[in-house]
Amino acid sequence: MSAAALKLVETPASVAEAAPARSVLRFITCGSVDDGKSTLIGRILYECGAVFEDHLEALDRDSQKFGTNGKALDFALLVDGLAAEREQGITIDVAYRYFQTPKRHFIVADTPGHEQYTRNMATGASTADVAILLVDARKGLLPQTRRHSFIVSTMGVRQVIVAINKMDLVGYDEAVFRAIEADYRAIAAGLGFESITCIPVSAREGDNLTTLSPQTPWFTGTPLLPLLETLDVAPARDENPAFALPVQWVNRPNLDFRGFSGTIATGRVAVGDAIEALPSRRESRIARIVTADGDLDTAFAGQAVTLVLADEIDLSRGDVIAAPVAARASSRPRIRTEIEARVILTGEKVIEKGTAFLVKLGTAMATATIVTIHERTNIESFAGEPAESLALNAIGRVRLAFDKPLVLADYVQSRELGGFILIDRLTNETSAFGFVLPDPAPDLKDATEIDRAIARVLGPEGSAKRQARLHFVTWRVASALGVAGIVFALSGDATVAALAGLADVTLRPAARAFHDAVWRKIRERREAALSLDGGGI
Amino acid sequence: MSTMTHLQRLEAEAIFILREVAATAEKPVLLYSIGKDSAVLLHLALKAFHPGKLPFPLLHVDTTWKFREMITFRDETAKRLGLDLIVHINEEGVKAGINPITSGSQVHTDVMKTVGLKQALDKYGFDAAFGGARRDEEKSRAKERVFSLRSPGHRWDPKNQRPEPWNLFNTRKKQGESFRVFPLSNWTEADVWSYIVQENIPVVPLYFAKERPVVRRGGTLIMRDDDRLPLLPGEVPEMRKVRFRTLGCYPLTGAIPSEADTLDGIIAEMNASRASERQGRLIDHDGAASMEAKKQEGYF
Repeated sequence: MSAAALKLVETPASVAEAAPARSVLRFITCGSVDDGKSTLIGRILYECGAVFEDHLEALDRDSQKFGTNGKALDFALLVDGLAAEREQGITIDVAYRYFQTPKRHFIVADTPGHEQYTRNMATGASTADVAILLVDARKGLLPQTRRHSFIVSTMGVRQVIVAINKMDLVGYDEAVFRAIEADYRAIAAGLGFESITCIPVSAREGDNLTTLSPQTPWFTGTPLLPLLETLDVAPARDENPAFALPVQWVNRPNLDFRGFSGTIATGRVAVGDAIEALPSRRESRIARIVTADGDLDTAFAGQAVTLVLADEIDLSRGDVIAAPVAARASSRPRIRTEIEARVILTGEKVIEKGTAFLVKLGTAMATATIVTIHERTNIESFAGEPAESLALNAIGRVRLAFDKPLVLADYVQSRELGGFILIDRLTNETSAFGFVLPDPAPDLKDATEIDRAIARVLGPEGSAKRQARLHFVTWRVASALGVAGIVFALSGDATVAALAGLADVTLRPAARAFHDAVWRKIRERREAALSLDGGGI
Repeated sequence: MSTMTHLQRLEAEAIFILREVAATAEKPVLLYSIGKDSAVLLHLALKAFHPGKLPFPLLHVDTTWKFREMITFRDETAKRLGLDLIVHINEEGVKAGINPITSGSQVHTDVMKTVGLKQALDKYGFDAAFGGARRDEEKSRAKERVFSLRSPGHRWDPKNQRPEPWNLFNTRKKQGESFRVFPLSNWTEADVWSYIVQENIPVVPLYFAKERPVVRRGGTLIMRDDDRLPLLPGEVPEMRKVRFRTLGCYPLTGAIPSEADTLDGIIAEMNASRASERQGRLIDHDGAASMEAKKQEGYF
């Protein structure tokens, strides 16, 4: 057996030399337990020549020991890498596999079918362009098929391939295939998929994986691998979204350089463009787009860059540099302290009204409290049902309140600014994945000129700077009232008292400014003298 | 919409991860093991924080059995780039006379590498350590997260890993816990070499074929890098043109006969090869779920 198997991989037609311009397709396999997901991936890797000889030898050994396939090769053992998985013959954790054909690079997430590991399946779906949903031809659609379809849809995957597997065990019967196909199209009708392609396969026998199988002459579609090689997966999102970059790290190696590093979430940016810092709404322009390979004139979504702004404005990790209001059309990031969101529970912590979490959205962290649980999604009917709480693996819709304004977008517009995680504050576990839903409410105090003027003078709302300014102003007013009070008590003349108060408000800062200016001069002169004589060293 | 190449995407992803750690960890460190993956990781780190310097030091856990050319390359690299390099040796292991020849590969790797690494992380109080491991290397690595949480005893719990949706990493940890972070998770061996060519990154000369003194043991070609490797009765080192696909402790790293003495040659050979990259790493063959067991105990 193993000798024959080794011969097969001698023809690595698809292991050509690396061509950097090839596109990348990320896909997941999902479906119920024992639908053959890992077997399918193992088989594809094998057919593409992506399985090395020493791995194949190990596979042959492992198949004898753990195999669920008699003496034949059990391809699932190529991907189920954890000891517990091999012992139990199931997939527990998402595994990423990499292979390439002359047409494309592929990153596959092989995800578990068991309901208890749903979070790992959702993780795999979060970065996928395409989902391959496996259905056992003998069993038809199962609750897990519906569940995974819903999660895949929620995660934003728009293209689905339904691989109706184990066709060899139903005698390659077209009627079985057609019935399952019709069932699936019916349940997926409301899930917003752009395309659903059904293929009859046998992962174990290799039918319709790389070439059309003679066993299914009635199937005239495209086999699985050629389909994956040619699928068009350009994102169907906003074609020209507004620019946004969540600040990840402030790069300040010396006093002459202050750059804001981050990965552009949406849109593009050019040197000279006007920008707005969110949530503070301070305005500036792009002075430089710095990378280690030299400055760029323009940069676009996905690139990791460092932006230098024309003005010294206060920005830190968690803030967002974005196109100004005028340029931000439909997809502009919003500033919110409350949102509507869908959540998938991934941890032990139960969500109830009032439960507080840490939220991580983009590069920002805040505290999030559950205001309302609107509904829990029934995984059979996809309908919302009233619920008091949400537990592990539940999917629901909630309203969340943050302890500070966050900059965000609808998940359908931007995974980067619309996807978030909730973290338990005690255990630090990732308790839920969240998705910002569209919200017709107007922007939080949407930038009126007055707001912006206030922000310019006082600093952004809730900032330390604004607090300090307010602190200063209230003290000046109190002090002036005090002076006026004393003068009134002494003189009994309201006009004189008012004038004294006014003088206190205006003249005292002026005198202070003069005093500071004199000292600054003295200090400068002293420093100049020091640097001339070598700083006294 | 402009599109990025495969390598540009991988680069941007790695830079994102490097910056995420620098922004959230208190005391990160880059585990520098001198090989090609470390060379790429270091290059990416320098890019991520340009024009600033690296905001963390490099740590090399020296088992004292690395190829001499690796050590020379390490010191030259640190000097050339002005890097803050910490070299840690498990002195207790040295005193106890642990070595890969008489102690065996398992004991040697455990004491000099795993224990040595844990000692160094504890000594300096590092709470996040970058490693150059990739998911395509080995089956249990294929299941590891980018941010891999370790207990205060540095243990990995494969059944209780945090989900990582999108590029959103949960960087929270408790006192005493730490992260191992793998910015190259989604890279393959082919990506690493393509990137080395594209970016002109220097690598240890051992990757290129050259006449080297080797002995054949149990089907594996071992280079006799110094006379600490005792010859078996009748054994004579022969000069053969060989190179290394991965680099570790020299008595535990198999050489491959090769004519590839240029980067293009290496890539052509890799594409034609039907054997996996870690085939020459003897420590991987210590048992079925061997790497998983080592990782649970704190190995990278």
